[in-house]
Amino acid sequence: MDFFNLQPDEWQALTLTLRVAAAALLVTLPLAILVAYILARYRFPGHGFVNALVHLPLVLPPVVTGYVLLLTFGRKGPVGVFLDNLFGISFAFNWTGAALAASVMSFPLIVRPIRLSFEAVDPKLEDAARSLGAHRFVGFLTVTLPLALPGILGGAILGFAKAMGEFGATITFVSNIPGETRTLALALYTATQTPSGDLAAFRLTLIAVVVAFAALIASELLARRLQTRLGGGNA
Amino acid sequence: MLEVDISGKVGALEFQAQFESEGGVTSLFGQSGAGKTTLTNMIAGLVKPDRGRIALDGTVLFDAAKGINLPVQRRCIGHVFQDARLFPHLSVKSNLTYARWAGGRSGSRDFNEVVELLGLSTLLGRKPETLSGGEKQRVAIGRALLSDPHLLIMDEPLASLDQARRNDILPYLDRLCVDAGIPILYVSHSIEEVARLSSTLVILSEGRTPAYGPVAEMLTRTDLGRATGRHEAGALVHGNVTDIDANWGLTFVDIGGAALQIPDLPAEAGDTVRLRIRARDVALAVEPPKGLSIRNAFQARITSISEESGPYAEILCALEDQTIRARITRASVADLELYTGKEVTVLVKSVAIDRRQRNLV
Repeated sequence: MDFFNLQPDEWQALTLTLRVAAAALLVTLPLAILVAYILARYRFPGHGFVNALVHLPLVLPPVVTGYVLLLTFGRKGPVGVFLDNLFGISFAFNWTGAALAASVMSFPLIVRPIRLSFEAVDPKLEDAARSLGAHRFVGFLTVTLPLALPGILGGAILGFAKAMGEFGATITFVSNIPGETRTLALALYTATQTPSGDLAAFRLTLIAVVVAFAALIASELLARRLQTRLGGGNA
Repeated sequence: MLEVDISGKVGALEFQAQFESEGGVTSLFGQSGAGKTTLTNMIAGLVKPDRGRIALDGTVLFDAAKGINLPVQRRCIGHVFQDARLFPHLSVKSNLTYARWAGGRSGSRDFNEVVELLGLSTLLGRKPETLSGGEKQRVAIGRALLSDPHLLIMDEPLASLDQARRNDILPYLDRLCVDAGIPILYVSHSIEEVARLSSTLVILSEGRTPAYGPVAEMLTRTDLGRATGRHEAGALVHGNVTDIDANWGLTFVDIGGAALQIPDLPAEAGDTVRLRIRARDVALAVEPPKGLSIRNAFQARITSISEESGPYAEILCALEDQTIRARITRASVADLELYTGKEVTVLVKSVAIDRRQRNLV
């Protein structure tokens, strides 16, 4: 029966992972919605550049992204020093750093489906909303955003999953510190590097599978509820 | 009162529009591609003209010289789009009340009154995707009305509907034009709709407004042939229903100096009606003919003959204060020796004035 009880360190890794992924999503999602909307609706000089910048973490080796984060947000990095001096905020070697790494890595995955769903909403509906007295932003909140909800949900799930599994950028940026930055992925890596760590690795794998399954089922249920609310039939 | 005097370049179209309308129903008439939607979008604030001025009831909506360009949401113009543009995620009821819960409009117009006017009571709980094209347009009209607009723009609300649906919705438009109590700018490329609904006509042709004025007067302007369309050209006359012969199914309409007999007119004695008589349904005779099936024959005086380079001639005939328009061949003009000022007999087939060309006023 002991097999089914989580060890303290396993429990720690699991809650840390969920915390990191949730924090990453909370910070990233509003920003991703904004960027996705701008990319979908506006054409401006530098549109291609912004688009490439957003997608950069997707194509760069994660270690490179982690290293760039270390150079900018680390103890000696310019942004890191600035934030530390001014607000006493530090990303170095703690769980917020892991969340930052997860945010950056998941950002392109969140933006993409949201952008596609914004593009699928007819901008003429926004004109109609404005002709009825709604300010541009109110029209966005009441028409475009609800119609894009399935895409936003899809992006959020993808981003959350990516954040939970993020490895390369995290270990490069904030290292592998138990209780601070050792998420499930990093714990699993550690176990595989330990002699006789096979059982631990197997247990961590099981945990990851169970969590992933639960997340998928929850999102499926949510998507179905959205579908009935947005589409078909009498309200 | 709507005052429009704007110009600019939109795509490949050089745009120059100038007209005023006093209220009632103003029709913006022109062929496809004439720039009707562009013009309404400029008035609504969705497209910015390069130069000029737009004012509604004394409020300046746009003035290039003064740098005024009121945003769409502050122009108080209800806009019924060609494609309805209902919000698909909202129920009909939430669509109708959108201006109130999202647009911050006060709602002086009674919700139930609008629902009743447009026959929407059975649709309130439904989603837009379950509605027919005609129902969608009625909801769109109701939604625009409930935003308490100072002007209602209707951009070809019937264009996307088949004839049956059009006939369903036209009676609602008739009532709306009388009952709405706000000026309406009605965009159409159908002279039939224009003649039926409007009081003022603005003609738009290739981005320009060559003429505007009272609809009856505009329809008898022969110099606007290309813009108004030759085939459908015709005059608009007003008349009073004097008598109904139920036995023969005929309605007698006095149009001032002449009594027309019209089959199956949905009107009662004492009603005022407007009739559109197409120029190609009118024949002229220099002396009263005998033994004809045509029941409408009356004396009138030729006021104008315009011959074109083609085989046709447009004749205008005055009948007291009304004008009848006739389209005959140039050869007939020559054979009958017609000239301005000549008294002729005007012949109109009763059945030519069909159901869709008449309307209660």
